[in-house]
Amino acid sequence: MAVATGKSFASRFGVHIAVLVFVAIWTIPTLGILVSSLRDKDQIVASGWWNSFASSSQTEAGRLPPSTAQTQKDGKYVLEGNIFGDGAKRNISAFGVKAAAPTQYPAGSSADLGDGVTLQVNADGSFVMTSPKAFEGDRGQRLYYASSAPPKFTTDNYQTVLFSEGIGRSFMNSLTVTIPATVIPILIAAFAAYALAWMRFPGRALLIAVIIGLLVVPLQMSLIPLLKLYNGVGTFFGVPSKTYLGIWLAHTGFGLPFAIYLLRSYIAGLPREIMESARIDGASDFEIFVKIVLPLSFPVLASFAIFQFLWVWNDLLVAMVFLGTAPDQIVLTAKLNALLGSRGGNWEILTTSAFITIIVPLIVFFSLQRYFVRGLLAGSVKGG
Amino acid sequence: MAAQIFSAIFVIIIGVGGCVAYFWGANKLLDLTFPSRGVTGTAAVNNLRRQGLVRPWLFVGPALIILTIYLIYPVIATLWLSFLDRGGTSFVGLANYEWALRDPDLRRSILNNLLWLAVVPAACTFLGLIIAVLTDKIWWGTIAKSLIFLPLAISFVGASVIWKFIYEYRGEGQVQIGLLNAIIQHFGGQPQVWISLPFWNNFFLMIILIWIQTGFAMVILSSALRGIPEETLEAAVIDGANPFQIFWKIMVPQIWGTIAVVWTTITILVLKVFDIVLTMTNGQWNSQVLANLMFDWMFRGGGDFGRGATIAIIIMIAVIPIMVWNIRQANKETGGH
Repeated sequence: MAVATGKSFASRFGVHIAVLVFVAIWTIPTLGILVSSLRDKDQIVASGWWNSFASSSQTEAGRLPPSTAQTQKDGKYVLEGNIFGDGAKRNISAFGVKAAAPTQYPAGSSADLGDGVTLQVNADGSFVMTSPKAFEGDRGQRLYYASSAPPKFTTDNYQTVLFSEGIGRSFMNSLTVTIPATVIPILIAAFAAYALAWMRFPGRALLIAVIIGLLVVPLQMSLIPLLKLYNGVGTFFGVPSKTYLGIWLAHTGFGLPFAIYLLRSYIAGLPREIMESARIDGASDFEIFVKIVLPLSFPVLASFAIFQFLWVWNDLLVAMVFLGTAPDQIVLTAKLNALLGSRGGNWEILTTSAFITIIVPLIVFFSLQRYFVRGLLAGSVKGG
Repeated sequence: MAAQIFSAIFVIIIGVGGCVAYFWGANKLLDLTFPSRGVTGTAAVNNLRRQGLVRPWLFVGPALIILTIYLIYPVIATLWLSFLDRGGTSFVGLANYEWALRDPDLRRSILNNLLWLAVVPAACTFLGLIIAVLTDKIWWGTIAKSLIFLPLAISFVGASVIWKFIYEYRGEGQVQIGLLNAIIQHFGGQPQVWISLPFWNNFFLMIILIWIQTGFAMVILSSALRGIPEETLEAAVIDGANPFQIFWKIMVPQIWGTIAVVWTTITILVLKVFDIVLTMTNGQWNSQVLANLMFDWMFRGGGDFGRGATIAIIIMIAVIPIMVWNIRQANKETGGH
C-alpha cells in the first residue's frame, strides 16, 4: 500500500478529516457514559454531558407564581420568591421576559416592564416584582434566565452502584463464571486439536467437518434441550439446576468448536521436522504434545483465551438461561439489563454500571490487542 | 462472597487438575497396558500399533463427549422438540410449524431479521473497507484503527446502554441530554422518542450492531488489503486510474474472498442478534427479532418448548447454506493434510 493514490494536498487533508470523523463517531458514545458516570447526578439531567466541563451556562424558561401569590406592601402589589424554589441553587447571570431577548437584563438589576411594573431578579434566584395595580390572571409572568452551575465531578456514583446497587457483587459473579469457563476449554481443545492435526485415525476427516459445521450452529439450537437436561439432572439428584458448574460446562461446550478449529489450524502449521525428529528420539505423542506443541502454541492459546474471556464476560443469553437472577448468581450483563428495567431514567446509575461492565474487557483488549487481532485473522480468514 | 471466590479458585484447580490428571493418567495407563519400551521384536511393534489405535481417542475423547452433550445432541433434540407440544411430552406433528406460518409476531420477526440481514452485514463490510483503505494512508492510522476497533470488546448490553443514552428523549421543556435529540434540537428539529418509532426503530437498533462490528470487518479487510500485490496498484496508477477506479476495479476484486468471509460471519451474528433487542425494546414497537422471540417463548407463561424449538429451527435453516459453504471451503483447503 505504498502507492499513494491522490497526491494533492486537498485529498490528503480530506483523508485526515474523514478518518477523524469516523474516530469521533466510534469513540464519542463511549466517552459519553464515562463522562456522565463521573458527573453529579443532578447535573446529568440538567445539561448534556458534552457541556459538563463548561461552568454550564444555559438559558432556561420558567414562570413566576400566579397573581394569587401577591402581597401588598407600601401601597404596591408585590410578588416575591425564588425561581429555584427549594431545588438546587444555581447562579443567574441575566434574565429577560421575552423569548427573543432572554438575557436582556443583568442579574440584580431592576427591569422596567412598562405600566410602572418592575421586576428584579438576583443572582441567587430570588425575585421581586412590583406593580401599582393588582396582578391578574392565573398564569404568572413568563421569565427567561441564563444560569450557570460550576462543573461538579464525583465518584459517588461508583460507590452507589458498587455497594448499594449490587454491581460489586455481580462483578465477582462475572469473574466466577468467566475464569473457569476460559481455562477449562483450553486444555481440552488443545489435546483434541493436536490429535486432529498430527495423529492418524479413522473418522478424523469427518470429525473435522463436524467441528467446522458446529462452528456456525446457532446457540439457540442448544438452549431448550440443555435447559430440559439441566432441570432433569437437577430433579434427579435433588440439586439446583442453575449452578456455576452448569454454566462453566455450557460455555466450554459452546466455545469448543472455535477453540479446536483455531488451535488445529495453528498446530497443523507447525513444522513437521520438529515432530519427526522428536519421534525418532523416542518421544511419545503425549511427550511431543506437552514438551513441544504446547510451548510453541502459546500465541494461539493466548488468542483463544482472550476470545473466550471476552465472549463469556459479555454473554447475556447463556447467563440468563443457565444462571439464576438472585444476587449470588446474577452476572454483570444480566444485572445491567435488570437495571435498565428498574432504573430506566437514573442515568447516573446506568452509565456508571455500564462503565464498570465494559472496563474489564477494555483493559484486556488494549493490553492484549496483538493476540486478539492475530486470533481474529486466523479464525475468520479460513486457512489464512 | 469470600466463599464464592474460594469455591471458584477451588474449581479452577479441580477442573484444570482433573484435565491434566486425565490426560496424563490415561496416557500412562496406555503405555503400561501396551508397553513399547522394554519389550522387543514383534511384541513392541504390535504394542506400538495398538497404542496408535487408542491414543487419538484419548486425546479427542473429552472434547468429543462435551461437543456431543452440548451441541450435537441438542441439535437433534431441538428438531424433535419442534414436533412436540409445549411441555415436550406429546407428538403434535407439524402443528408448531403451522402456527409459525400464521403467527403475526413471528412474521414480523422474520421481516425484521431480513431487514437486519439486508443492512447490517453490508454496512459493516462497506464501512470497514472504507476505514481500512483510509487509515492505511495516514501516519496515525494504527491509533485510529485501535479506537474504531474498541467497541468490539464491549458487550451488547453495555453498547445498548451507551446508545440508549444517545437516543434518550426527555419531555418538552426539559433539557435534551441525549446527544441525538440535542443535535436535532440545535438545528431546529423536533426531538423524538427514537426507539419507539415503528419501523425506523429497527435502524436505530442496527446502528448499535454496526458500531460494534465495523471494527471486526476493518481489521480483517485491512490485512487482506495489505496482501494485494503492489505491482497491480502501481500498474493501475501508471495507466492513469483515479483513486475510485483503483478501489473498485483493482482492490475490491482481489479481496473478494475475504469480503465474503466477513459478510457471512456478520450474517450469522445478525441471525442470532438477541441482547440488543432485549435490552433496547424487548421486541416492542414492532422491533421483534427471531432470537428474542424464541427467548420469549422459552419462558413466557411457563414456557412453550415446542414453539421455541420451532423458532430455533427457523434460525438454523437460515444458517445451513453458510455452514455447507464453510465445510466445502475447509475441505478444499485441508484436503491434503
